[in-house]
Amino acid sequence: MQPVLTDLIPALPEIFLAVAALALLMLGVFSGKNGTRLVSGLSVVALVATSVLLFRQEGYDVAFSGLFITDGFAVFSKLLVLLGTGLSIIIAQNFIAREDMDRFEYPVLMLLATVGMMMMVSANDLLTLYVGLELQSLSLYVIAAFRRDSAKSTEAGLKYFVLGALSSGMLLYGISLIYGFAGTTNFITIAQVLQAGPASLGVIVGLVFVAAGLAFKISAVPFHMWTPDVYEGAPTPVTAFFAVAPKVAAICLFIRVLEGPFGSLLPQWRQVIEFCSVASMVVGSLAAIRQSNIKRLMAYSSIANIGYALVGVAAGTADGVQAVLIYMAIYLVMTVGTFAIIIGMRQKGKAVEEIADLAGLSKTNPMLALALAVFMFSMAGVPPAAGFFGKLLVFMAAWKAGLYPLSIIMALTSGISLYYYLKVCKVSWFDDVKEPLDRPAAGLSWVVTATALVVFPVALVIGTPVLNSAAAAAASLFH
Amino acid sequence: MADWPILSLTTFLPSIGALLILLVRGEEQAVARNAKAIALATSLLTFIVSLFILVKFDPSSAGFQLVEEHSWIPALGIQYLRGIDGVSVWFVLASTFLTPVCVLASWDSIEKRVKEFMMSLLLLETMLVGMFTALDFILFYIFFEGVLLPMFLMIGVWGGPGRIYAAYKFFIYTFIGSVLMLLAIVAMYLQVGTMDMRVMLDHTFDPSMQKILWLAFFAAFAVKTPMWPFHTWLPFAHVEAPTAGSVMLAGVMLKMGGYGLIRANLQMLPIGSATYTNLVFVMSVVAIIYTSLVALAQTDMKKMIAYSSVAHMGYVSMGIFSANAQGLDGAMFQMLSHTVVSAALFLCIGVVYNRLHTREIARYGGMAHNMPKYAVVFMLFMLASVGLPGTSGFVGEFLSMLGAYEANTWVGLFASTGLVFGAAYMLLLYRKLFYGKLEKPDVIAMPDLNAKEILYFAPLVAIVIMMGVYPKSFSSVYAASLDHILSHHREALAAEGLTPPVANPASAFVPAANAGTLSAHPATSETPGTEPAAEPSTPEMPAEAPAQSEPKADASPDAGH
Repeated sequence: MQPVLTDLIPALPEIFLAVAALALLMLGVFSGKNGTRLVSGLSVVALVATSVLLFRQEGYDVAFSGLFITDGFAVFSKLLVLLGTGLSIIIAQNFIAREDMDRFEYPVLMLLATVGMMMMVSANDLLTLYVGLELQSLSLYVIAAFRRDSAKSTEAGLKYFVLGALSSGMLLYGISLIYGFAGTTNFITIAQVLQAGPASLGVIVGLVFVAAGLAFKISAVPFHMWTPDVYEGAPTPVTAFFAVAPKVAAICLFIRVLEGPFGSLLPQWRQVIEFCSVASMVVGSLAAIRQSNIKRLMAYSSIANIGYALVGVAAGTADGVQAVLIYMAIYLVMTVGTFAIIIGMRQKGKAVEEIADLAGLSKTNPMLALALAVFMFSMAGVPPAAGFFGKLLVFMAAWKAGLYPLSIIMALTSGISLYYYLKVCKVSWFDDVKEPLDRPAAGLSWVVTATALVVFPVALVIGTPVLNSAAAAAASLFH
Repeated sequence: MADWPILSLTTFLPSIGALLILLVRGEEQAVARNAKAIALATSLLTFIVSLFILVKFDPSSAGFQLVEEHSWIPALGIQYLRGIDGVSVWFVLASTFLTPVCVLASWDSIEKRVKEFMMSLLLLETMLVGMFTALDFILFYIFFEGVLLPMFLMIGVWGGPGRIYAAYKFFIYTFIGSVLMLLAIVAMYLQVGTMDMRVMLDHTFDPSMQKILWLAFFAAFAVKTPMWPFHTWLPFAHVEAPTAGSVMLAGVMLKMGGYGLIRANLQMLPIGSATYTNLVFVMSVVAIIYTSLVALAQTDMKKMIAYSSVAHMGYVSMGIFSANAQGLDGAMFQMLSHTVVSAALFLCIGVVYNRLHTREIARYGGMAHNMPKYAVVFMLFMLASVGLPGTSGFVGEFLSMLGAYEANTWVGLFASTGLVFGAAYMLLLYRKLFYGKLEKPDVIAMPDLNAKEILYFAPLVAIVIMMGVYPKSFSSVYAASLDHILSHHREALAAEGLTPPVANPASAFVPAANAGTLSAHPATSETPGTEPAAEPSTPEMPAEAPAQSEPKADASPDAGH
């Protein structure tokens, strides 16, 4: 029994969260109609407890015969995922109660998706990667279609499922190719094999398929088609969740795969990443200009943001990884804040999601308008908001790695994307009130205030310790 | 009082005022009143505090003073590093001086959302002071960009009918320029390993790299200055902005460009500067002539002053990159003069705009009859803008032209035509507004300047005359710093085997040396002196210019002895 027990300890946070999710499922079943609030609250508690368990983990550990790994990188990314999920559950509270989604399965599914994401970032084998990814994806398909009686939501779920299944197929095909040509699925062994001699064409083709599958999950162009539709169709709290936690998890997984087993193929995969990055930045910033629905706008904005993050990935250095981690952390905070505002957009009790509905927000609710401006300027990368520092880090890493054209494209596209972020500010500050928005629920206001304060000015003060831990996390990948 | 962080205090005092205003609650009228009172009190207090900067500043030292250094983000080499030298000290004071003036000027003219307006104004002051005193490049960039946010709101919320287009154009134009600067900053950081501007000033960058970096910085500052052909955002921003916005924009924000050109382009990248001198000269001369002509054709007075700003900033860029003592002195003085004069002119426009709510020149006329005080004030600033001797405008334009003349005779020649055009449009404007028959009933009904307006015009009038008759009181503050910049510039060029445009370090403000050195200059400067001699129309020019210049160059410092 002894070896098995030592295997369990590195995976303790995941095991705890999985058990907690199942326990909450039982609790939900037995507590009847009013159970959702309780289950949601306890889910947040479970997430906090999981983060405490994560904090206690330190150092490098491999478990389950090399299938599962914990290191600084995994801990940092898992904390981000947990933070994203926790905030998403909190901001969903009021919405699911009002929009007839008041079912306890909602938080439980989110917890299960989180377990999947945690498995993903701890994957040390192509099989763990696949299993974690599927656990996450299956939960997400269900959540996307959670509002069963809404055609839009069902359509979003179906679209996400069909395209997701296709990408999983590509991923599996890539994995099988890699297994066939490298003879193993374990990351460490693959790295050794690839370092030993020149990579065969099969491995490279396999890698491209794996990259395509993962690019679908982070919605990088040209695998982004599902994003605007799913973002628009899914219930807003679900969109908020989609925009943060799975994105963070998938890009961390992406980094782990590329830098770990395929680190020696950097020149090969860099081209793929560079292409996706440039395409995402350009499409994300240009397509967003014409959007009138704020959720679609956020979808394109997230595509552009992923493009910027991929610039850091393409650098292929510890600096680049550190930059991406910081970038995703800042992205998570400001996206949650923005979605908290979007979830709170109601006119006479009815949810609205057009940008034009924000008109005159600065007159009816100046604080909310100020917070929205902070988020928008931060996303555009205007200093002194935190988003600027995220961009700066990525930028520096790319420049240092000699990716000059990529950095310049990044600078120019962030100038273009400024236009649509300004549009949101313009509507909320300069336009006259047409139909005032209702005052958002207290929980939402708290999340908005807290995240806005983090974006500016708290991030300026706590920057150094976060940077240092991200640097340590990145270094653990390059030991 | 020995070591208190006076620069940080000056920077963040207005922000504290803005926070206080944020907390003001209650009835709308009362909120507006209190917000105005807090804004005025804070900005006056900030101005008084900033005067201590001037007191504590040692003009004889060329280095950075009152330095505040704290570690901030060591992982990226970013520090909280502040300090001033002779170049920046006046701009700090200009910001702190113009803010209370703007508060007074918007006292009655801003009617909606007074609270937010005053907050924006105070935040703008924070950003401006912060930018001029930042010695860490990222800190500099943060404040440089941070300026856009309050200004965007000021134009967009309180501006005229086309405010939204103007606000967008202003923001996106300047943002894209600055992003290129960020690229250059990152590239320099990776070379030097710190964001400390003092280290970068001493570091000699690789010549081929300098040429690229120079262009990136130039993109940011040329948009900000603004230089032709990047000036198109300025007329829109000015026309749509409320009076206070125009005053801050023309008075201080345009100087961010000039300051950056001196600090980053000239000081850090001497080889780049030498390479592109002719480019700047062409752009400056086109700006001076072309925008003066455009100004001549305007029917909107704010637009006319806006174009005249572009022309005046043309003298600044020309002076800076002539890279000699006269030119640089002149550029600095021209910037200071333009700060006061253009701010005052926009305030003057604000006076009649508040009364009649139109900026159409044709809607006015004959105001000299019913508004004599206003006519006198306007005339003084108009003449200062034209560059009449005895006003601040003269010293700057004259010196920068002298500098340009030494560097390149043709540039000096063409730039001098701008003086004529400048006089033409300003006098025309004055004639249309103040002379002729006073026949429009609503113009007749306008009252003359009230006490509040006199209160904020009085110091401006005093400064303009003071700068005109006793320029040394202003120039002595930055003389040492400019000398240092120039000698450093020359050394850097000499080390690369490039001869600087002018070999003579004599300062225009050293009267004893003037008579001899000035007349000798056209001969010593290699290329420009000989080329124009072939042209039939120019032979008298080299002879004439020094002859003219001697008494004047002497006259200005004489007043100081």
